[in-house]
Amino acid sequence: MNRFEYARAADAGEAVRLASGSAMRFLAGGTNLVDLLKENVERPTKVIDIRRLPLAGITATDDGGLRLGALATNADTAWHPEVEARYPLLSSAILAGASPQLRNAATNGGNLNQRTRCYYFYDTAAACNKREPGSGCSAIGGVTRIHAILGSSEACIATHPSDMCVALAALEATVRVQGPSGERSIAFADYHRLPGDDPSRDNQLADGELVTAIDLPAEGYATHYTYLKLRDRLSYAFALVSVAVGLRLDEAGRIVTGRVALGGVAHKPWREPRAEALLEGQAPSQALFLQVADSLLLGAVGRGGNDFKIELARKAIVRALRQAAAGTPQSQTDKRVA
Amino acid sequence: MDTRVHSPAAALGDSGIPITLQLNGFSHTARVEPWVTLLDLLREEAHLTGTKKGCDHGQCGACTVLLDGKRVNSCLQLAVSVDGSAVQTIEGLAESGEGGGLDPLQQAFMDHDAFQCGYCTPGQICSARGLIAEGKARTREEVRELMSGNLCRCGAYTNITDAVMSVLQREGLAK
Ligand SMILES: Cc1cc2nc3c(=O)[nH]c(=O)nc-3n(C[C@H](O)[C@H](O)[C@H](O)COP(=O)(O)OP(=O)(O)OC[C@H]3O[C@@H](n4cnc5c(N)ncnc54)[C@H](O)[C@@H]3O)c2cc1C
Ligand code: SF4
Ligand code: FES
Ligand code: FES
Repeated sequence: MNRFEYARAADAGEAVRLASGSAMRFLAGGTNLVDLLKENVERPTKVIDIRRLPLAGITATDDGGLRLGALATNADTAWHPEVEARYPLLSSAILAGASPQLRNAATNGGNLNQRTRCYYFYDTAAACNKREPGSGCSAIGGVTRIHAILGSSEACIATHPSDMCVALAALEATVRVQGPSGERSIAFADYHRLPGDDPSRDNQLADGELVTAIDLPAEGYATHYTYLKLRDRLSYAFALVSVAVGLRLDEAGRIVTGRVALGGVAHKPWREPRAEALLEGQAPSQALFLQVADSLLLGAVGRGGNDFKIELARKAIVRALRQAAAGTPQSQTDKRVA
Repeated sequence: MDTRVHSPAAALGDSGIPITLQLNGFSHTARVEPWVTLLDLLREEAHLTGTKKGCDHGQCGACTVLLDGKRVNSCLQLAVSVDGSAVQTIEGLAESGEGGGLDPLQQAFMDHDAFQCGYCTPGQICSARGLIAEGKARTREEVRELMSGNLCRCGAYTNITDAVMSVLQREGLAK
């Protein structure tokens, strides 16, 4: 671990002031940052501890939604009565991720800003454009089991590892940030970046900008939803592919609106408005769900080791849509798949 | 608050940032460099070696302690950042049972032979204590899922689940 200066902020304004003008990282739950400090992947000269910021609340918003404070833990968020009752898709996705110990420390803001689990990113002896811009990408032509099939570039094929973010994408959340030039809101679909030719930037945060909260809209798809996560073991592993689905059905059982987001396949939770539009006004059916899957996976390419993900994702999308339409969401405790 | 003092200020070095923890009920003062983890502070400075260093990267659960009553991986916490918190380790649990004896979970682990090498056991027991406090696990399946942050290489999982279930049953929390 590199040596660094440590500063503790009492509120968001102070955190942003302390952040100016140095290679710094905010410290929230520490579950990703401390790991990356130990690996020498992150080498800030200053760590600004934001744990004491008064941003741990979960409160109602004026438009009938819910505001999740950036410093609320993943565990407190998943088990918050309002989240469980109105946004069970989010609860389920959070509980599918990491372990109870990690979720007790990990925060909502930290979850959004956690970095990729690409093994070459973690290995400082490997070339990696995300870690060391311009050095190349060891994953291309390397071991690609966990890498992207959508939206990647020749500069980087990493995926965003979060489960929570896949649900937030389907729920169309808004990220609230505060920075040196004031406050702004970012639609969740725009928050994470595709790698393009600058994979070193994971998201739209400018230098010194702090996530203060995540706002959920009033629609929570509480009746017809699922979070289906497929991984190499049944617990405590990152997704190979995951699917978050929220559907609203009318009285005749037809789909009024549908949201589908994929995890484990791209640099960001993957959504395709054209695929979602196919669901509108339709009765749930296997044929329809296959059509949606094909539309979502349009342009998917494998890199050898991750070729299997294309077919895995297709099957997962269909299964998840069926679970959501039937109102039988995937259990995060009893994960056996028949 | 408990006002017992564990390490006298005079014994401390003079570099680093001063912090105070409530450590197993004792007030513990130390000076730490910002990059020292809570796990290293517990083992190297406070000589509480019950908490084990397994992977040191949040992947095995051997370093699990209760931080302000909640189970966390102490290898991923910077000691400076938990200044002012209460920390309970396996040594603290050992005095928390009836009449200052073993925690019922510790007895249950012995009764059910829930360990082989013992390296993962302190973390398993601290994690189980946290699980019971969270109140979300009532069935075997739920115990298995909510103990999944603790890996045991020798595969004592079945007996660990038995031990945790027996305590949940005793406390009337099992379904
Ligand atoms: C073994 C292991 C398994 C895991 N498995 C999963 C999994 O299956 N699914 C999953 O989704 N996650 C998983 N995780 C990741 C875990 O969810 C993240 O580490 C956690 O959510 C990060 O939150 P934190 O508060 O600890 O962030 P920190 O480590 O404190 O910070 C992470 C990054 O975010 C920045 N940051 C933090 N807060 C803010 C803010 N408010 N504004 C701006 N920047 C900020 C920090 O500067 C840092 O760069 C796993 C982690 C480990 C160690
Ligand atoms: S895929 Fe991205 S993160 Fe992984 S080595 Fe290539 S550039 Fe680095
Ligand atoms: S030593 Fe902390 S989780 Fe392995
Ligand atoms: S008791 Fe040794 S690894 Fe589990």
